[in-house]
Amino acid sequence: MSALAVRRRRLGFGLALCSLLLLSAGLVAGGEGWSLAELGDLLRGQDAWLIVGQIRAPRTLGAWLAGGLLGLAGALAQGLFRNPLADPFLLGSASGASLAVVAVLAAGTLGGYGLGHGVGLAAAAFMGALGGVLLTLALARGAQHTLRLLLAGVVVGVVLSGLSDLLTLAAPEALRGRQVFMLGSTGFLGWDGCLLLGTGLALLLPLAQRLSRLLDALVLGEDSARSLGLPLPQLQLLLVGLLAAATGLAVSQTGLVAFVGLAAPHLVRRIAPGPHGYLLAASAAAGAVLLLAADVAARTLIAPQELPVGVLTAIFGGAYLLWLLNRQRGA
Amino acid sequence: MSGSSHLSRRRWLGRALAAVLLAPALVAAAPPQRIVSLVPGLTESVCALGACARLVGVDRHSNWPPEAAALPRLGGLDDAQVERIAALNPDLVLAAPGARVVQRLQALGLKVVALHTRSHQDVRHNLLWLGQTLGDPDLGRKAWAAVETQMAAASQSVPAAMRGRSVYFEVEASPYAAGPDSFIGQTLVQLGLRNIVPVALGPFPKLSPEFVVRAQPDIVMAEARQMQDMPGRPGWASLTALQRQQVCAFPSADYEVLVRPGPRMGRAAQQLADCLARLAKDTR
Repeated sequence: MSALAVRRRRLGFGLALCSLLLLSAGLVAGGEGWSLAELGDLLRGQDAWLIVGQIRAPRTLGAWLAGGLLGLAGALAQGLFRNPLADPFLLGSASGASLAVVAVLAAGTLGGYGLGHGVGLAAAAFMGALGGVLLTLALARGAQHTLRLLLAGVVVGVVLSGLSDLLTLAAPEALRGRQVFMLGSTGFLGWDGCLLLGTGLALLLPLAQRLSRLLDALVLGEDSARSLGLPLPQLQLLLVGLLAAATGLAVSQTGLVAFVGLAAPHLVRRIAPGPHGYLLAASAAAGAVLLLAADVAARTLIAPQELPVGVLTAIFGGAYLLWLLNRQRGA
Repeated sequence: MSGSSHLSRRRWLGRALAAVLLAPALVAAAPPQRIVSLVPGLTESVCALGACARLVGVDRHSNWPPEAAALPRLGGLDDAQVERIAALNPDLVLAAPGARVVQRLQALGLKVVALHTRSHQDVRHNLLWLGQTLGDPDLGRKAWAAVETQMAAASQSVPAAMRGRSVYFEVEASPYAAGPDSFIGQTLVQLGLRNIVPVALGPFPKLSPEFVVRAQPDIVMAEARQMQDMPGRPGWASLTALQRQQVCAFPSADYEVLVRPGPRMGRAAQQLADCLARLAKDTR
């Protein structure tokens, strides 16, 4: 077995072990911080099912799944754009989702009260994310010109953010809700959310892996990919669709959690690079570990208060990536 | 004979059925004993009805009365800590419409009631509803009557010279103003003042700084810290209200009373009226 294959296997084991440890930690880490004794009391008490079964377990699993979707989306984005700076929120999904959330929050003030009640925030965020990407695709007239697509994504991002700013001016009370959405939060995840995220990940990951040959070919450039006889425009469109679905699902349940999608593929490539079939799965696992670790930390660092999870992913994810980059340069 | 026993059995069955159907309603109608409030104005309302002891947790902004401030803090309305709320085992959670936490807690089987706190009417409704829910409708009526009495007294104490003056109430330095439709604006109207902001702009509109300068309000009201910066804003030194010190600069503790829609609105009205009385004395 080559040295690289050994490293990949080690990374796989490491991520699986971290996932197991963190999933158990997620059940122990409560609103009042770490305490095994307290957990024992809790499990003997009446509220065991409510607190552990209905709140901690879905929140923990949900954070892991949402992180997986973001890691997958990040690997897809970086492969599609052949750019290590690409992240899942690039194609207008973040601003689309925020706009939809602000619209629902503002609806109460602006008269259309029925809208705010008929549509949940999660559904709105998902539709908004997909809407943002569709708008980007329409502006770029398809997905075959990646530069045009990126540019259209930037334009859509700026315009839709402007529109949500406008809405919050008219309805200032939507400001707080918007800020919480932009910071990301794992606190409201329930079993229904987990079911959605789990189904999404189970469908999207194998689908994406079937397109991994295209991503591998794209590394050599679009012309080389075309010369292999691949129907490039259709496949690129499909990739954008997968990217949008993965991002939209994660965002709808946890808000705009920063940096997980950008950092996860980087971590995998730095520790044990490989072809996209492996990279997609490993990035999903790395994203899952990253977001769950941040969630557990968010719950416990200043317990009984709680930190916004997005703040931690940005600080710790960023710091770890910097350290990794420096270490590699030194080596 | 058999007919009557059949009848009595049916009657018995009917009673049993009624008991089964009504039992949950009776249980639900029992006044809540463990209340979580995620809105400062509602926290104050619960305490104003003498039910502070029934509160088991509040949001991070609920800081009055002191008994409530000592309770466990469960995050804000938009980032409320679901697990800690559920662990407190509340039989009533008070929140505001539109917050994500409402759906999540309801899914966990908790009773959540989302109440608006945007206008005098909202505060009145909330006090009456809380009185009824807590088991004594009279308390709610009395609490609102107390607010109304204080407001009427405040309104009476406004000097005649101050009535009809135009006012600019700044909520935030951007500048956001309190419009006539907001609960603050409603109090200002009750004190006989004229808001420089038209109703059409909504309860808390963001204004152009130029709009304030051109409107030349007779009186400017804001938190003391913001008031200090006002003359430094481009063109604002030309505001005659600032030049003649026709201003109400509230220290932050007093200001908090003004911007909280709850049972302390009567006290807020008195604070405003006191300032107007002082201004009237200064101009004399």
